[in-house]
Amino acid sequence: MYDKGKIIGGLAIFLCLASFPVWYMAASGKADYRPDPVLPVSENQCVEPAQYMREYHMQLMQQWQDQSVRQGDNTYITSDNRTFDINLTGTCLKCHTNKAEFCDRCHNYTGTAPNCWDCHNVPPVNTPPQGTE
Amino acid sequence: MNIDRRSFLKLTALGLLALAAKPALDLISKPSAARALDGPVAAKRMAMAIDLKACTAGNGCVACIDACHRVHNVPDIGNRKEEIKWLWEAAYKQAFPDQENKFATVPLQDRRMLVLCNHCDNPPCVKVCPTQATWRRDDGIVMMDYHRCIGCRYCMAACPYGSRSFNWRDPRPYIKVIDDGYPTRTKGVVEKCNFCEERLADGLQPACVEACTEGALTFGDLRSGSEVRRLISSGFNLRRKAELGTSPQVYYLL
Amino acid sequence: MIENIFRGGKKYWLLISGLLLLIAAGLAAYIQQWNIGLAVTGLSRDISWGLYIANFTFFVGVAASAVMLIIPYYLHNGKEFCRIMILGEFMAVAACLVAITFILVDLGQPARVFNIILYPSPGSIIFWDVVVLTVYLLLNIVLGWVALDAEYKEVEPPTWLKPIAIISIVWAISIHTVTAFIYAGLAARIFWLTALLAPRFLASAFASGPALLILLALAMKKWGNFDPGDQSLDKVAKIVTYAIIITVFFLLLEVFTVFYSQVPDAMAHFQYLLFGLDNHYGLVPWMWTSILLAFAAIIMLVTPSSRKNHVTLALACAAVFISIWIDKGLGLIIPGFIPNPMGEMTEYMPTMIEILITMGVWAMGGLLLTLLYKVVMGVRQGRR
Repeated sequence: MYDKGKIIGGLAIFLCLASFPVWYMAASGKADYRPDPVLPVSENQCVEPAQYMREYHMQLMQQWQDQSVRQGDNTYITSDNRTFDINLTGTCLKCHTNKAEFCDRCHNYTGTAPNCWDCHNVPPVNTPPQGTE
Repeated sequence: MNIDRRSFLKLTALGLLALAAKPALDLISKPSAARALDGPVAAKRMAMAIDLKACTAGNGCVACIDACHRVHNVPDIGNRKEEIKWLWEAAYKQAFPDQENKFATVPLQDRRMLVLCNHCDNPPCVKVCPTQATWRRDDGIVMMDYHRCIGCRYCMAACPYGSRSFNWRDPRPYIKVIDDGYPTRTKGVVEKCNFCEERLADGLQPACVEACTEGALTFGDLRSGSEVRRLISSGFNLRRKAELGTSPQVYYLL
Repeated sequence: MIENIFRGGKKYWLLISGLLLLIAAGLAAYIQQWNIGLAVTGLSRDISWGLYIANFTFFVGVAASAVMLIIPYYLHNGKEFCRIMILGEFMAVAACLVAITFILVDLGQPARVFNIILYPSPGSIIFWDVVVLTVYLLLNIVLGWVALDAEYKEVEPPTWLKPIAIISIVWAISIHTVTAFIYAGLAARIFWLTALLAPRFLASAFASGPALLILLALAMKKWGNFDPGDQSLDKVAKIVTYAIIITVFFLLLEVFTVFYSQVPDAMAHFQYLLFGLDNHYGLVPWMWTSILLAFAAIIMLVTPSSRKNHVTLALACAAVFISIWIDKGLGLIIPGFIPNPMGEMTEYMPTMIEILITMGVWAMGGLLLTLLYKVVMGVRQGRR
């Protein structure tokens, strides 16, 4: 091919730059970092098992949204027959009282910015949330 | 198989289209989460009666307005351009512009009226919403889903009463004390009185009804033998712009 | 064909740079609006629709007007329209995109716009407007591009193009009727609650759209080495003439109904618009300018000598375009909200950010139009 040297050289530089995140993280040892959300002390069981919540809490929130707002049904029955009030501030944040130490840890790590908090209130830490939301 | 490329591609495209037909049909025909306009006969019909003789809004009382706006985190933006109001008081000729009467007795003319969303039985705002972010519940309450609203403000244009407000900016800096019991809203969505549906679910009366010290506000189900039903069927009452066919459910007792 | 957009003289690149600058300014302004919210506009609780929706309404009309060329060419064998028709189709594409973009910049939560498709609401006219506008956009892209492609290859367009053109005629009427229905079905707004609204929209569309097209064709003749032919130009000018006369007539019909019947609610909006109400006169100078421009245009267009003279024709078409922009945009949307449903008076003045965003959207349409026309010119010149 024409300009073989330039092309292969250019491709090599491009591949180095494009794979920068991979080899940089491996070399700097930061690849082992895992987010460490602080678990609540008051309860040791969420509405659903931890692994399920890790994977599907977004879909669960969507289901809660529709069920509560659009169907007017505020009661959630878990897979093991416990009942909870559908209420982000009043139920989820009742145990996960510190958003910065729990929710934000993973959200910041993954670079997601859910806009739930634009509307749903986050009570200050150490104050039990009240009311029906 | 003796087929040329063009015919093969045409057949493939047609095949894919045929496969997509059923899922497409399912998508557009799936029942929406919104409720049907006509609920079953057993359904409630929530309504409010406002006794204009008992209401002391003309003397500066704003207890109901304060209660409503506090419980629902309604911001105080501070200017008429961007103001958000769920419940407010207006002059007689503003609440009833078609009832012009130069010779109305002074007490009627000067009376201040409480105005709010009328939770119409035939709500024009529900008809025009392109995403069903607002819908009429079985018990007659016209609901708002702040998650779904795209902020097109068609409902604001359609409301004959001017009951709806829009969040022109983020409201949180303008809320004095945030009540954790109800979410705030965010910029870009429409809001209005919701007949305190979240309080009704807990068996409470609407905040304004509870806050009124004069007993001017009565709220209840018109289809049961409630106080509201008794009030509006016995005494003379007016509804705002009833001739438009919206069937408003806020009754003003004169 | 597309490579033609990269071959241009100094004037062409100057135009492109100017348009890109306006688009950049519009984007910068839109970022402000995205971050702060629609509070950066002049809109208010009482006047919740303003400059953006006014422009949307107007440009849907311009998009619909392409049908005025398709009908004579496809249905009445008007062969002289063949050269100007492609300009009309691409103008419809640009106008359609401009209209849709004005809706997007007006939304409070634009990221949620797909909710209209995820949760279809057949009871809402905006839902139907989204459907018909999208289909119309696709129809015109196909019509324009396939015809141009056939011209490039120096063959007749495929036979299936004609049925698509016929469909687009019906569809053009539908997009503007549906847009009129957005307003005409609202019992709350007596200013818009008239069966005459859809005919008014169509008449003003068929005046303003072809007027713009004549201006574009004349510009192409001057700077693009493209001659649409005096015959077709005069036929389009006659369409504009009839349409602007009917537009003014319809306005007079509205004025009669309202002021003869003396219904206060109905009169209030027209009084505000034409004479001012309660010491509020914001739109009065605009409306009378629009009326004067319309009458001046009618005189210039009805007179054959001034209609055939390209200078006066251009002036008349500019007058028609501006007059209808004022009347259909500002003069239709804003008075619908003044006075408000409780009889209170608020006025509306767009802010700088609003104007910059508006000009940015216009420039986006202008850029698309320039690029499409450049391709047309390239194909035409290549053939010669």
